[in-house]
Amino acid sequence: MLSETDILALWTTLKLAGLTTVILLLLGTPLAWWLAHSRFRYKMIVEALVALPLILPPTVLGFYLLIMLGPNGPLGSLMQSLGIQSLAFTFTGLVIGSVFYSLPFVVQPLQNAFATIGRRPLEVAATLRARPLDQFFSVVLPLARPGYLTAAVLGFAHTVGEFGVVLMIGGNIPGETQVLSIAIYDHVEALEYGQAHMLSGGLLLLSFVLLLTVYTLNRRYRVTSI
Amino acid sequence: MTIEAQLHLTRDDFTLDATFCVPSHGITALFGPSGCGKTTLLRTIAGLEKEARGRFVIGDTVWQDEARCLPTYQRELGYVFQEASLFEHLSVRQNLEYGFKRLPKKKQRFDLDQAVTLLDLTALLPRQPARLSGGERQRVAIARALLSNPQLLLMDEPLAALDQQRKQEILPFFARLHSELDIPILYVSHATDEVARLADYLLLLNDGRVQASGPIADMLTRADLPLAHDHDAAAIIDATVSGHETQFSLARLTFPGGQFSVPYAGRSNGLPVGQRVRLRVLARDVSLTLEQQTGTSILNIVPVTVTALDEENTPQSRAQLLAQLDANGVPLLARITRKSAVALALEPGKPVFAQIKAIALLD
Repeated sequence: MLSETDILALWTTLKLAGLTTVILLLLGTPLAWWLAHSRFRYKMIVEALVALPLILPPTVLGFYLLIMLGPNGPLGSLMQSLGIQSLAFTFTGLVIGSVFYSLPFVVQPLQNAFATIGRRPLEVAATLRARPLDQFFSVVLPLARPGYLTAAVLGFAHTVGEFGVVLMIGGNIPGETQVLSIAIYDHVEALEYGQAHMLSGGLLLLSFVLLLTVYTLNRRYRVTSI
Repeated sequence: MTIEAQLHLTRDDFTLDATFCVPSHGITALFGPSGCGKTTLLRTIAGLEKEARGRFVIGDTVWQDEARCLPTYQRELGYVFQEASLFEHLSVRQNLEYGFKRLPKKKQRFDLDQAVTLLDLTALLPRQPARLSGGERQRVAIARALLSNPQLLLMDEPLAALDQQRKQEILPFFARLHSELDIPILYVSHATDEVARLADYLLLLNDGRVQASGPIADMLTRADLPLAHDHDAAAIIDATVSGHETQFSLARLTFPGGQFSVPYAGRSNGLPVGQRVRLRVLARDVSLTLEQQTGTSILNIVPVTVTALDEENTPQSRAQLLAQLDANGVPLLARITRKSAVALALEPGKPVFAQIKAIALLD
């Protein structure tokens, strides 16, 4: 069965993906809202930046994050001068990397959901005395539920499958930064195909079940929401 | 009490520059061709157009002036959008409660039951909006707006998206709003028949500006406005049922200018004595005589004074004139030939008789 390091890697992966998803939903909501509603002329620059991780090799993203966060990087040296330890090769650094890496998978479904809902329900809520935050929580959030579900699952699943970024800024420290995809790589390197199979098959199944859940739930919501 | 507005809004392709003062009771129709800014004006009044500047005062409440501009959620209004914008994730009951729940207790003037009764929604309460017809959705939207205790009800062509049958289904509810509640309504429309039926006061918009405003009966018959020159130009008369000739199935209607007889057969309540009714008399159904005719099949003849003769402004009606008439203070229109005007020596101030061939009951 699974070795102790494999279980540790599984736990690190789930913790990383869960935390990243939560952070992305919180940060992604205002960003997606702004992208869906702003009339700012250069909005497409921001849109392109958000979409960048979709096509950028993860190693490139990881490399620049390493430079930024490393002890000699602009952020890293600033933090060291404040007495904070460098984030490279730490779990926190991994979370930061994952947030960038999975950003488009969360922001784009939310942006689409907000754009589809449009301004009208907000205007209606305003004429019924709801203040702006109240409008968001009582109208937009429930109407955007399918979008949130898609965003959460895609963000989570994509982070679980992360490899290049982790390798660059996380290293391979068991219990701290060793995640499943790297554990699989290690097993293959060591010709431990049985264990590689177990982890890979598990990931395959997990990804499929997650996507199936999204599609099933979204179809059910669509029936009642249109 | 009045509603006073001076509102400006500039967009790339459109400028709204509306100054008006209308009574703060009854239904005021905002009328004009598509693209004249009716909806934009309504949205500006609601505070939904953030760039709009100016002043809006209802009674003694200032919603907007140079110094401040209340956001929409602080304006005590109800807004019924053109397509019913019900919250799809909430049931009909939850939709109705949405605005109501957000009012301070002392402002909750209507309760849910009252609004539900007024708009006949009992059977719909547990349903989801997706399962309602267009007419039902608009009734829910109106009830929802009422429950937020508006000082002013704004309605943006609430019937435009409905077919004729659904319109007929919902129009009686407007009459009820009008007679049972004392909430001023600004009603956007481009349908003359709706306006003639519902409005007390008319605000005519053209190209973002207020062209004219006044009581509906005056506005429809003013020769300087396009309405009087329409093919279906008509006068509106508010009358009261004063008696019946049952052997002929006719009801007698009294108005300041005299009496009319109209058939009441087929009316669901048979026009009881005392009921207020609104009548429409088309200009082309009115002919003029110098003496009161006897031996005519025309029932409705009233003495009037010619107030003005106006040229019709379309080339094909070169043979015709529009005569403006006064029946003891009630304006009427007659479309007659130029030849007849000469033959009868019509001129302003001349007393004549108006023979009316057809009268339409509007409610």
